Amino acid sequence: MARSEVNIGRLRLKNPVMVASGTFGYAKEFEGLVDLKRLGAIVVKTITIKARPGNPMPRVCETASGMLNAIGLQNEGVENFIEEKLPYLSSLGVPIIVSISGDSIKEFCNLTKRLDKEKGVDGIELNISCPNVRTGLKAQELIAQDKDATYDVVKNVRRLTDKTLITKLSPNVTDIVEIARSACKGGTDAVSLVNTFLGMAIDIESGRPKLGNITGGLSGPCIKPIALRMVWEVARNIRRPVIGMGGIVSIEDAVEFLLAGAKAVQIGTANFIDPGICEKIIKGVERWTKTGSS
Amino acid sequence: MQDIRAKILSNEKIRPGYFKMALDAPGIKRGARPGQFVQVRCSDCLDPFLRRPFSVHRLGPLEILYEVAGRGTEILSGKKKGEWIDLLGPLGTGFSLPMKNTGSRAILIAGGIGVAPLVFLAEVLAERKIDTIVLIGVKTKNLILCEKDFKATGAEFHIATDDGSRGSKGLVSKLFEEIIDTPKKRPADSTCSRQDIKVYACGPNPMLRSIASICEQEGLGCEVSVEERMACGFGVCLGCAVKLKGKGGYKLACKDGPVFSASEIAWQVI
Repeated sequence: MARSEVNIGRLRLKNPVMVASGTFGYAKEFEGLVDLKRLGAIVVKTITIKARPGNPMPRVCETASGMLNAIGLQNEGVENFIEEKLPYLSSLGVPIIVSISGDSIKEFCNLTKRLDKEKGVDGIELNISCPNVRTGLKAQELIAQDKDATYDVVKNVRRLTDKTLITKLSPNVTDIVEIARSACKGGTDAVSLVNTFLGMAIDIESGRPKLGNITGGLSGPCIKPIALRMVWEVARNIRRPVIGMGGIVSIEDAVEFLLAGAKAVQIGTANFIDPGICEKIIKGVERWTKTGSS
Repeated sequence: MQDIRAKILSNEKIRPGYFKMALDAPGIKRGARPGQFVQVRCSDCLDPFLRRPFSVHRLGPLEILYEVAGRGTEILSGKKKGEWIDLLGPLGTGFSLPMKNTGSRAILIAGGIGVAPLVFLAEVLAERKIDTIVLIGVKTKNLILCEKDFKATGAEFHIATDDGSRGSKGLVSKLFEEIIDTPKKRPADSTCSRQDIKVYACGPNPMLRSIASICEQEGLGCEVSVEERMACGFGVCLGCAVKLKGKGGYKLACKDGPVFSASEIAWQVI
């Protein structure tokens, strides 16, 4: 096994660099900009059972060294994904991880059952942590903010598939280790963290929030120190692999997360400003694993 | 679409707060069509974070026309000839162009900085020998941009200023209504029917809304170039959604646009 290879659940990644859900579309958008075959894995934009139109505008706004987004999981639904997007993804020879979200445990289960049948799907990432939609079992709460709800979703989904299961955690919690432990108890193969931080911005000319949804998820370099701390805390407290993300825009950032205990990393928002960044980071991380310097 | 490092050939202040930058970007020059845009990194630093979208103003060499509206454009305005910036493009859909010599007529309507993509369009229409009228609307005469460029294409050129300091007093939409009502524009023996007139508009959303409404009433085909907050600019983040009429859902300004048929947009929410 080459030094940069990593195993996560049943996934064999040629390197520890993945691209994060919601930041890489369904990969075809990056054809010509990135050598897609070099990616460790691709996590696609979150799919829901039925198509979702997404949130009212404005959906994005820039913040200091970052951005807020309140896209609202716009997607065409699982059937359209399987028919229209999955064939291309499967042709790449790269592990394909499908991010899923639902309004109930039942929806998470139905999505898992459906995707379990598809050969082209190598893994499933449970998006229980998107701050821009309401999926909590309790009103106003995300599944990922409740350790029992997290355990329930993971346990129920686990029964339905042998494919690699990754649970994506929310940082909008008091104790992320506790949530990570619940996901592990439920049977997740790995946890990925962090999803975006809940934030907002106000336009002082109009006096109104800059986002149509009022609040949104904060991402980008500004969140890295907090994301990194959370990855470090979780990695030292659970046995399952941790996939780290949050503000990685350079090779050095990726190495920091690996040193913090992440077995792999995901590159997200950075893809928006530098579409070729994931390939640059892969080259750098491979150099680092071989030589100890990036 | 390419991600290229382009050399700045010039960065000229054309009016207080308005600049025109010329770039050596051969990869982008080859494919670009009027209506498309480029995503520009204003700084190599992480702040300002996102790229800024600018219409292709002209080609040969690539030019962008921009207003200093915030920190990103402020930094851009300070760049000098010989410096380098990262560009992604050409992006988006362009205006649909009539075939050469078909007797069609084009009416280009610009509000403020909305002139930016329409100069390129006017030049291409002139190459195709399409009879073109250009209407621009600005707050006051000191904010008129690109008058020489439009006139150089041979287009008929009219100005509307909010304060009446030049041209017609009032909004450009009012000027548009007057132009299409003028008897000489629809003479009985004209070979140019309503179907052969295409309107192209770019400017603030309220202006586009008015133009779209007039075109709908008058039965004129109309394309608009919209502006929405963007993050990626190439169809991945889904941030720049444009609401469509009926059950159309959302399209993306960066990928399905920025040029849209005016009749498909849900103007009440824009």
